[in-house]
Amino acid sequence: MSKDVKTPMLDDLEKGAWPSFVKEIKTAAKKSNTAHDLLGILERSYRDKVTHWKHGGIVGVLGYGGGVIGRYCDLPEEFPGVAHFHTVRINPPSGFYYTSKAMKELCDIWDKYGSGLTNLHGSTGDMVWLGTQTDKLEPIFAEITAKGWDLGGSGSCLRTPSSCVGKSRCEFSNIDTMDICHTLTHKFQDELHRPAFPYKFKIKVSGCANDCTAAVARADMSIIGTWRDNIRIDQAEVKNYASKMNIAEEIVGMCPTKCMSFDGGALKINDKDCNRCMHCINQMPKALRPGKEQGATIMLGGKAPIVTGALMSWVIVPFMKLEAPYDNLEDLIRKLWEWWDEHGKNRERIGELVDRMGMRSMLESTGLPPVPQMVKQPRTNPYVFWAPGEVQ
Amino acid sequence: MADKPKRITDLGSPDYKKFLPPVIAKNYGKWKYHEQLSKGTMKHVSETGDELYTVRIATPRLVSTDYIREMCDISEKYSGGYLRWTTRHNIEFFPAKDQMDALVADLKKRGHLVGGIGYGISNVVHTQGWIHCHTPATDASGVVKAVMDELHEYFTTKSLPARVRIALACCLNMCGAVHCSDIAILGIHRLPPKVNEATLANQCEIPTTIASCPTGAISPNPATKTVKIKAERCMYCGNCYTMCPSLPIADGAGDGISIYVGGKVSNARGPARMSKLVIPFLPNNPPRWPEVVKAVKHLVEVYAKDAKKHERMGEWIERIGWERFFKVTGIPFTYQHIDDFTFARDTFRMTPTFKWE
Repeated sequence: MSKDVKTPMLDDLEKGAWPSFVKEIKTAAKKSNTAHDLLGILERSYRDKVTHWKHGGIVGVLGYGGGVIGRYCDLPEEFPGVAHFHTVRINPPSGFYYTSKAMKELCDIWDKYGSGLTNLHGSTGDMVWLGTQTDKLEPIFAEITAKGWDLGGSGSCLRTPSSCVGKSRCEFSNIDTMDICHTLTHKFQDELHRPAFPYKFKIKVSGCANDCTAAVARADMSIIGTWRDNIRIDQAEVKNYASKMNIAEEIVGMCPTKCMSFDGGALKINDKDCNRCMHCINQMPKALRPGKEQGATIMLGGKAPIVTGALMSWVIVPFMKLEAPYDNLEDLIRKLWEWWDEHGKNRERIGELVDRMGMRSMLESTGLPPVPQMVKQPRTNPYVFWAPGEVQ
Repeated sequence: MADKPKRITDLGSPDYKKFLPPVIAKNYGKWKYHEQLSKGTMKHVSETGDELYTVRIATPRLVSTDYIREMCDISEKYSGGYLRWTTRHNIEFFPAKDQMDALVADLKKRGHLVGGIGYGISNVVHTQGWIHCHTPATDASGVVKAVMDELHEYFTTKSLPARVRIALACCLNMCGAVHCSDIAILGIHRLPPKVNEATLANQCEIPTTIASCPTGAISPNPATKTVKIKAERCMYCGNCYTMCPSLPIADGAGDGISIYVGGKVSNARGPARMSKLVIPFLPNNPPRWPEVVKAVKHLVEVYAKDAKKHERMGEWIERIGWERFFKVTGIPFTYQHIDDFTFARDTFRMTPTFKWE
């Protein structure tokens, strides 16, 4: 542990109304040298305006290729408590529900072996335990698995899948997002723990087009619930809403497909023209509900900028029924991975591979038919490929 | 080795059903509608007639085990020992109806912020920054704390025309995938990496380092058995540094923050869309990042004043047009705003139809 260092800049961030992460580090520092030295090195970064963490080394637990991020600081003599500052990713339960008993057990394990600092949750959705040393990794793993927990993904593997609350609390959800997330996580344990892909692969599951997990932006495979039949309407509740809001302006007037009308009495929807955007249902949940023929749109390719620019996922299956045990979805995912493994370059995300190889290569190898829902519009250029046999 | 317990692997996620409050387990898939009761509370009603009450508070994302234990104690007192984290780092409790007011009062008394539901600003999704990451161009937690100290009333009491989702990523790797946010705060570098001639040959694989550059700015340097960087081609993505530690790109003066706006992931009213660059650079000024705080607050305030009800920031900008957006915000339009990367031409305007003032 370093000597007590002054941290005037961080101290300033204890003030103010918003909850303070500095207060949390200081709380942890009362019990942990690692947390104590994190304060010192972080204050140094605040002064220098650069990070003091180096590239990670390869550390982990026996038999897994991921789940732990190796981290070392560049000032180990000054801040020996953070010479090693590895991160452990714990796979959370779907929907992020916890019992206090389970959470307290995890806290006891983390206090015993690490800094006592965590992120709930990291960007992919893992519970992130920040700051431990290489020799603590196996003991941590033994203790968490004894309590029924496992590590999440890191590196070029399936990252920990994540979902919204879905049917556990949301009436909008068209699919059982939490169960899909849980089932896929278990089907793909090998792909999650033993990196064998060209690069990372993320799956997120949202129950409706509101997309509360940001699947379209943050996942290579975005599973987004929708329905195909008619919106269910309770006209008595429409009347109740009419006394609280301007339905003509706020609902009918903001409908993107102009598929609705309201004469002051009943709300009429031409479901054939509705594109199921969720605006009216969001505003009048008591009066309007998604239809009963429910399933999901499957989209592919979402990712952050590195390397060829940020992408949002695009449609590869407009509507898929999703019922346990979701073998149809598993089958599609495995075919996509096979195509990606075959053609992908090192550190090429699956969306970038579609960009490089074209949709046709992916569609042919997965057996998905080309359908108009995949495009905003057909191509405008005349540079069209014809496969051998297509020209008679 | 007889006393050594069997090594357990590949357990996967624990069964979520073990963690569901009884009212949720009983009404799973049966929820009929919900009502927002306040900025921090809501009620869900089931087809069975059962009701579920939710109270939401903000967390700082980086928390201590003592903090979690406090939350657990609160959940035991008011919420049957059940609690939930949201995708935006908030915590939710599920009190019985007659316990809700007492829970809210207790949370406020302990200094927690109750809110984050509905039209306003929920918690900020963000990355690690200087706390743990080796590639950041700025800190994450500190910037978020400074911004939200200024905007916290939009979490607890004040309303906005619609949701304003703020997210921060501390470099272009964007672990936070902020690119579809109403306001995205993004750490950027502005200087090319420096080649460490002394270590590169031993630390890095030259072909993969060269291949990592999306603009082809890196070429072999046979004289030193390292690489050369064509500075004018580099757009400072830092991907080469990820592959090769001998190409450090962080620079105290060069690094800072850029701001993108108008993205969203929801498809309500119009499709999900990406955020667009509005402020190319603001300096890193820890611990309070005053320039960033001021800029974000200004964007929120101009939007709040001018947008129609239900309009997200991007929908508002599309309605008034970008030229008017830059006018009403007073943000200067520069070379940096005009795209010159892969999809640039898609962003150029091809009509002579403008709304002149």
